[in-house]
Amino acid sequence: MSPLPATGVGLSLDDKHIKARAAAETRQDAFFRGLLFAAAALVLLVLGAAAASMLWGGRQAFATFGWNFIVSDEWDAVGRQFGAFVPIYGTLVSSAIAMVIAIPVSFGIALFLTEIAPTWLRGPVAAAIELLAGIPSIIYGMWGLFSFVPFMAASVLPWVNRNLGDAPWIGPLFRGPPLGIGMLTAGIVLGVMVIPFISSVMRDVFLTVPASLKESAYALGSTTWEVVWNVVLPYTRSAVVGGIFLGLGRALGETMAVTFVLGNAHQLNKSLLMPGNSIAATIANEFTEADSDIYLSSLIALGFLLFIVTFIVLAIARLMLYNLARKEGR
Amino acid sequence: MSRASGFRYRRRRVTDIFAKTLGIAATAFGLFWLTWILLVTFNNGLHALSPAIFSQTTPPPGGQGGLANALFGSLVMCVLGVLIGAPLGIAAGTYLSEFAERQPAWRESVRFVNDILLSAPSIVLGLFVYTLAVRSVGHFSAWAGGISLGLIVLPVVVRTTDETLRLVPNVMREAALSLGIPRWKVTVQVLYRAAAPGILTGVLLGLARISGETAPLLFTSLNNQYWTDNINTPMASVPVVIFQFAMSPYDSWHALAWAGAFVVTLFVLLLSVGARAYFLRNRINTVA
Repeated sequence: MSPLPATGVGLSLDDKHIKARAAAETRQDAFFRGLLFAAAALVLLVLGAAAASMLWGGRQAFATFGWNFIVSDEWDAVGRQFGAFVPIYGTLVSSAIAMVIAIPVSFGIALFLTEIAPTWLRGPVAAAIELLAGIPSIIYGMWGLFSFVPFMAASVLPWVNRNLGDAPWIGPLFRGPPLGIGMLTAGIVLGVMVIPFISSVMRDVFLTVPASLKESAYALGSTTWEVVWNVVLPYTRSAVVGGIFLGLGRALGETMAVTFVLGNAHQLNKSLLMPGNSIAATIANEFTEADSDIYLSSLIALGFLLFIVTFIVLAIARLMLYNLARKEGR
Repeated sequence: MSRASGFRYRRRRVTDIFAKTLGIAATAFGLFWLTWILLVTFNNGLHALSPAIFSQTTPPPGGQGGLANALFGSLVMCVLGVLIGAPLGIAAGTYLSEFAERQPAWRESVRFVNDILLSAPSIVLGLFVYTLAVRSVGHFSAWAGGISLGLIVLPVVVRTTDETLRLVPNVMREAALSLGIPRWKVTVQVLYRAAAPGILTGVLLGLARISGETAPLLFTSLNNQYWTDNINTPMASVPVVIFQFAMSPYDSWHALAWAGAFVVTLFVLLLSVGARAYFLRNRINTVA
């Protein structure tokens, strides 16, 4: 005997109930989905709106100075002439110094963490290096100003002056008063800051190399170094470059640490020992002092330039990293 | 073994040992900076720490005082940032992982843009919020600071939510859907429960990132020498106060800056280490 109502009336009642509930659930699903979609669209919108709003905010500077905004080195708040060559140059040079330091060191750390260190040591050392990325940049700046700058001025820069100042070709780069504050100091601090980013990408991609590939090379009698150089690196090349670009993107946009140790001087200097300026440091230092519309507009235009450059660098980084992920079938 | 091959063998061995030594040296180099920075911060910070830090407000130039208003401001703006960034990030991450299977191109472009936002310079986001929420209103406010911090939390949470949900085994979805449960209920009551530790880790890491963030606050919440709990006015925050005080010529301000640096560093490091430890203990078991 069936416990369900067998009459036609009962069935149609139940049917209506079920249909109504199904319709309600479809509506709820569509609503939920729409909500989530809006949030995802917002992510795209933020990036687009950031670019558009800075282009709009900087339009006065771009319209007034044209190409001179990028190629002129005259930054005169009183005369209201703004050319951003000095900060652009400072950003590029300090980031270049940072990469010269960070790339080999990060590679060494990744090598240590994947091939050299005993297994029990790998976790703690990797965590310690990651801590370096966790320290806020303002702390780097303070440490830089109160500890690192005096150390550079007292110990490192006089030595650099004596030994590299008269060298052919590169001599002029290393000649100057040992102020401590300057391009070289900023570059070193930036380098230390991006080491954890590059090394963690390198370590992660080194770990994706199939064990069979490495073991084959070891079985043929390769040394650890030969395995890394001839097997691991070629296999992960694009991702390693991606990791380097990721670090470069960080270095280009880093603000507080550089602001403390770069010296905020709008002068073009051949010497790396002299104070300079960077895009981010200029904005951070001068934004609240901007007393005219064209001044403010110039600073926002600088932000726009920084945004475009870092966008390109980070996009390259991501594409390079996706390459390896695709190869992995992930 | 001939002499030539013996020489080559030795050269390969020397190269190998040389490379390994450099690897160890590079690691020591990295750890050296970590130790130096932490030692300097903790040493100076501990000397400057006193109960007044938490009970008095920021002093005028050269005076004595504390950081109470800045600590409160940082707390308010970090909470605002998480309240703005976390729900949006969880929603967007859920969309990417669960609801975008029919639009792979669109999904991948959102992931791509999110990855770029993740490492975009925070100063640029600050400028964006300045034009959005300061210039249009006409004054700096803690609101604007909270929004700019929220934009930094957002991509972190999107990424971790997306990745954690993708780790939830498909049998869970299938089992729930086979019972006739609507998808939104499956997501909220089944998937979120399984992914909660991962998502919470993402939120905590986002919080760790914004608690020391300075650059965007310079153009949004600015600074305030006095105590305020009105989020519609400029508000002090620890990082901005550190910046202002460290760049000043006054010793008493320097000491306060070190105290603030100590508090921020300790908080951020404990938070990020704690979040990772919590995640390792509660992560989704993908073996099952």
